Amino acid sequence: MADPITLTIDGKPVSVAAGTLLIDAAKQVSVEVPSFCYYPGLSLQGACRMCLVSIEKMPKLQTACTTVVTNGMVVHTETPEVKNARKSMLEMLLTNHPLDCPVCDKGGECELQDAVFRYGAAETRFLETKIHEDEKKFSNLVYYDRPRCILCYRCIRVCDEGMDVNAYGIGFRAAHSEIIPNRGEHLECEECGMCIDICPVGALTSGTYRYKTRPWELTYTGTICNHCGDGCKTTLSVRNHEVIRANNRDHSGINGEFLCVKGRFGWDFVNNPQRLTLPRIRRNGKQEESSWEEALSLTADKLKSILAAHGPDSVAVVGSNRTTNEENYLLQRFSRTVLGTNNIDHHRTADFSSLVGALTAAKATDRYATMENIVGAKHIFLIGNDPTHQHPLVAYQIRQAVRQHGAQLYVISQGDIKLRRQAARYLQVQLGGEAAVVSALVGASALPNNLIAGGSEAFGAFAESLKSAVDLVILFGDAIRGDEVRTMVRWGLSMPGETRFAPLGDYANSRGAADMGMLPGNLPGYAPVTDESARRKFESAWGQATPISSGLHIKAVAEGIEAGRIKALLVFGSNPARTFGLSKSTLAKLELLFVAELFSTETAECADVVVPATSFAEKSGTFTNTFGQVQALKKTMRKAGTKSDLEILLALARLLGHKWSYQSADDVLREIIALVPGYAIALPNLLIGRAVATRPEGTPPPLEKPDLIFSSRDNLFGSGTLSRYSWALNSVDEARKPYGHEF
Amino acid sequence: MAHYENPMRGSSLEVKVLTERFGIPNVEKLDVFVQHNGYEGLRKALTMTPDAVIAEVKKSALRGRGGAGFNAGMKWGFVPRQSPKPKYVVCNADESEPGTCKDRVLIEYDPHQLIEGNIIAGYAIGSHQGYIYIRGEYRYLMEILDRAIGEAYAAGFLGKNILGSGFDFDLATHTGAGAYECGEETALLNSLEGLRGYPRVKPPFPAVVGLYGCPTIINNVETLSSVPSILRNGGDWYAKIGTPNNGGTRLFALSGHIERPGIYELPMGIPLRRILEEVGGGVWKGKKLKCVIPGGSSCPVLTASEIDVPMDFDSLSKIGSMLGSGGVVFIDEDTCMVKAAWRIMKFYAHESCGWCIPCREGTAWLKALLERFHGNGGMAEDIDTALDVSYNMLGKTLCPLGDAAAMPTISILKKFRHEFEEHLKLGSCPFEARGSESGVRVSAGVAI
Repeated sequence: MADPITLTIDGKPVSVAAGTLLIDAAKQVSVEVPSFCYYPGLSLQGACRMCLVSIEKMPKLQTACTTVVTNGMVVHTETPEVKNARKSMLEMLLTNHPLDCPVCDKGGECELQDAVFRYGAAETRFLETKIHEDEKKFSNLVYYDRPRCILCYRCIRVCDEGMDVNAYGIGFRAAHSEIIPNRGEHLECEECGMCIDICPVGALTSGTYRYKTRPWELTYTGTICNHCGDGCKTTLSVRNHEVIRANNRDHSGINGEFLCVKGRFGWDFVNNPQRLTLPRIRRNGKQEESSWEEALSLTADKLKSILAAHGPDSVAVVGSNRTTNEENYLLQRFSRTVLGTNNIDHHRTADFSSLVGALTAAKATDRYATMENIVGAKHIFLIGNDPTHQHPLVAYQIRQAVRQHGAQLYVISQGDIKLRRQAARYLQVQLGGEAAVVSALVGASALPNNLIAGGSEAFGAFAESLKSAVDLVILFGDAIRGDEVRTMVRWGLSMPGETRFAPLGDYANSRGAADMGMLPGNLPGYAPVTDESARRKFESAWGQATPISSGLHIKAVAEGIEAGRIKALLVFGSNPARTFGLSKSTLAKLELLFVAELFSTETAECADVVVPATSFAEKSGTFTNTFGQVQALKKTMRKAGTKSDLEILLALARLLGHKWSYQSADDVLREIIALVPGYAIALPNLLIGRAVATRPEGTPPPLEKPDLIFSSRDNLFGSGTLSRYSWALNSVDEARKPYGHEF
Repeated sequence: MAHYENPMRGSSLEVKVLTERFGIPNVEKLDVFVQHNGYEGLRKALTMTPDAVIAEVKKSALRGRGGAGFNAGMKWGFVPRQSPKPKYVVCNADESEPGTCKDRVLIEYDPHQLIEGNIIAGYAIGSHQGYIYIRGEYRYLMEILDRAIGEAYAAGFLGKNILGSGFDFDLATHTGAGAYECGEETALLNSLEGLRGYPRVKPPFPAVVGLYGCPTIINNVETLSSVPSILRNGGDWYAKIGTPNNGGTRLFALSGHIERPGIYELPMGIPLRRILEEVGGGVWKGKKLKCVIPGGSSCPVLTASEIDVPMDFDSLSKIGSMLGSGGVVFIDEDTCMVKAAWRIMKFYAHESCGWCIPCREGTAWLKALLERFHGNGGMAEDIDTALDVSYNMLGKTLCPLGDAAAMPTISILKKFRHEFEEHLKLGSCPFEARGSESGVRVSAGVAI
């Protein structure tokens, strides 16, 4: 590192790294230099001229955002000349600005408004007619009001440089310049809404938020997005128990200001009028609304008689990959102790279990990758998966790593994924090719030629280029599972530097579902159910015995229902009818189908008892993202008539004669911290909003069947049940016809 | 080929360096050009080292004819000698400054001279590719240049191994799409790269990071057209024609209210009064001179009492104006200066690229204010507001367009404040009330 540069800003000496911009150097001595167009991480514009400062020995005022500090520089930011320059910029900006603050969405949180309050120009000398342009609708989610626009070009840059979408350009000239979509009059993009969030004024407004409220009427709760497995922090803006908006307001956490279309707009399923708010009981073949008491006692009574007549293994449980860790933990406790069966499974979208086993066997449990590792990575190896669609934050962080410090991206993929544009090396494979390539890399097996576009020559070049990689971050999708994970880990750990690994699983808490032992062969924390000492630890805490042999995985459960061996199925936050193809006639064979859900899904429609569950916005707890980072979910609002899975499980356990002492999700979390290997996390870190990494260790049983691991391959606008009930996600054209990207 | 009436009217005061071949029949053809010392400068340059070529140009005190007046040799010297990247020569033929129409004739009447200048510049900085960026409205000049470039390739003056020297140089033309801003060098580079013509943040300067991020020199047509004769006759010879530090001749485009508007090649340093009286034939219709825009519309105006100034970069700078691009606009006593200021601002408000706040909003504001003021809606505070807004633009914009708009406005507001006050007192334009002709007529060819 070069020697630091020392300069003086407003009389305060400051020492910063060479290459630092003056505007950033000023921040270090608490000197605020205002700006609109300067935005950390985006290219420099020098357009708004708000950051003009006086530098000794320079004849003219200089823009602090484009000036690189030099030794001995003497800077003044509060001279009359500088103050006047700022004020004059604001005065000029306001000449054609409509000053419709009282009705503008941005009023109260507007950077222009703040700047005028602080730096003056509240009174104008401008007496001419303002230039007016009518508002334009760029898409169902994005509107543009030219008169309010100050042309800072942040939207253009974040779309191009941050999202690699480049949907915006500038049309016309001079005072008539305006932001225009680059393709026609309509946005063709990922609809992420980053442009709206980054807009310092009310020029770009949100189709779901505009004209609904004022920012000071809202309550803000920092929580975690409920869609994909990346675990973006988000702030829900709520008024009268209605979510109005989501954005990561304080730009903290693993995603900074990033949210994709699902995070920024897709929360609206919470407000969907089709939400279930009353339990339903099937009577004479028809579901009828009932009270909570009736629904739960009916369920408990049926369970009691089935358990008595057919034994615990006649019951199976399907858990969710979008409910909290606490709920998942309780659900497996419920299954193992109250019901007494290990017949518990969920939709597994990545093989977390095999990775834990492989890293534990290799004594390398310090090599789990976190989201932060991607941003800092020099070499990234993506095997399968399309992060642009399935893991938008991962894709964003990969792009940042490539753009900002030239990270090398290596991709093996079946399709022409968009990240190919950032890839240094790209290998296209057929179905099954990812695992074959990994196997060939490690030399475990010869390369089957027909699986790879370009054959062994392309593979050779790819393998050769990988040789220069150090400190690899390996991200793998559902294509690598079971023994293939072990093979991949073996190869990865043979690479120079510290190779790190992360499986890319769908949905907000896929990782947490696996971590919490919602698997027929795993206790919480990846010990096999057959491990007596591990079992004893939980049994002594719970004061109850647990079954000693593995239960049925979901496919075996399906066969069991068909064969009449499984009499009762309890489903929490999952839709096995759709996910696993359980037909109506199969489900009809059950004596009891109990479903806790937000909506009347295909499975819920077949249920004997359906109870309305709370959504992520209405409960507290924790989620573990696909990287194993735990984050706190905070209750934002109430939804009348609904109960969380936690409350439902507590009630059912009580009705089935079990006394559980948990009062809240916090009590469950404390137990998880105490009992679950890898989850001994520091609560304060969680409470201040950090993503706390876990490092599970264990020797889980091998994967029963490869096809138990499969991703839904959702696109950017889909996430199973939740996205189906989001107006916003279904309102954009791109949800039906994804916009094109060229290479 | 001339599309317009020949603007070269001729004058006994002319010193013909750039225009020495003007009027020779078919001199735009290569064989005729070669018969009249054509490509001799290039032949000479190729016998010298690139450093010696740059030294010769420095010695000539040739200063940029685009308006900024930077020493051309010095500019070439800023290009890194060793560069892992290719280097580029870009000729700025985006002549758009109101009142200026000299590059047009240089391309139209002697295209090979410009091509020769480009090749020499390429040799001097070690570039193998040149571009001539021509304003969209000069499309017809493209045909002339493209044909000449074709001839030069055929004769071995362009392409591989030029004249057996081992030096390679390619040259291509590129047209703009009609934006004044694209005459600003970095906006020109963006436009040439196929981007929108917005200026770039400087530093880095184009000599280091220019076209496609590579070292680039950008010179005006007239600057590059001057180079062959400097090589042929020596830098000292050229420097002696002008005044110290202001070498050679330049083309002055005289327009406005004079008897003989046209384009004249005059030595640097000739007093403005002689240009008016001896070259331009004096103010038209026997009227009195009110003021002069000495070098294109961006320059602060000079009053009739200031015209004894020698027309070189330093002398004009000393009295607070600029030599600019050589477009001299004379304005007679019957012209309303409020209307003139408005008309000038109308141009800048139209041509502002819109990138930065002070230029985008300031020009629009001033245009509207001056229009209202002239249209009898003026108020006493408008004069100081206009001055203040102009000063708030001055020196605060990303590129010089904001300055170009502010400077003439400030000079008119200061030097002709009494005319503004007269408008206020009268409640209408005093000149229109008198029924006089007003407005500013510029050159014979280019009307604004």
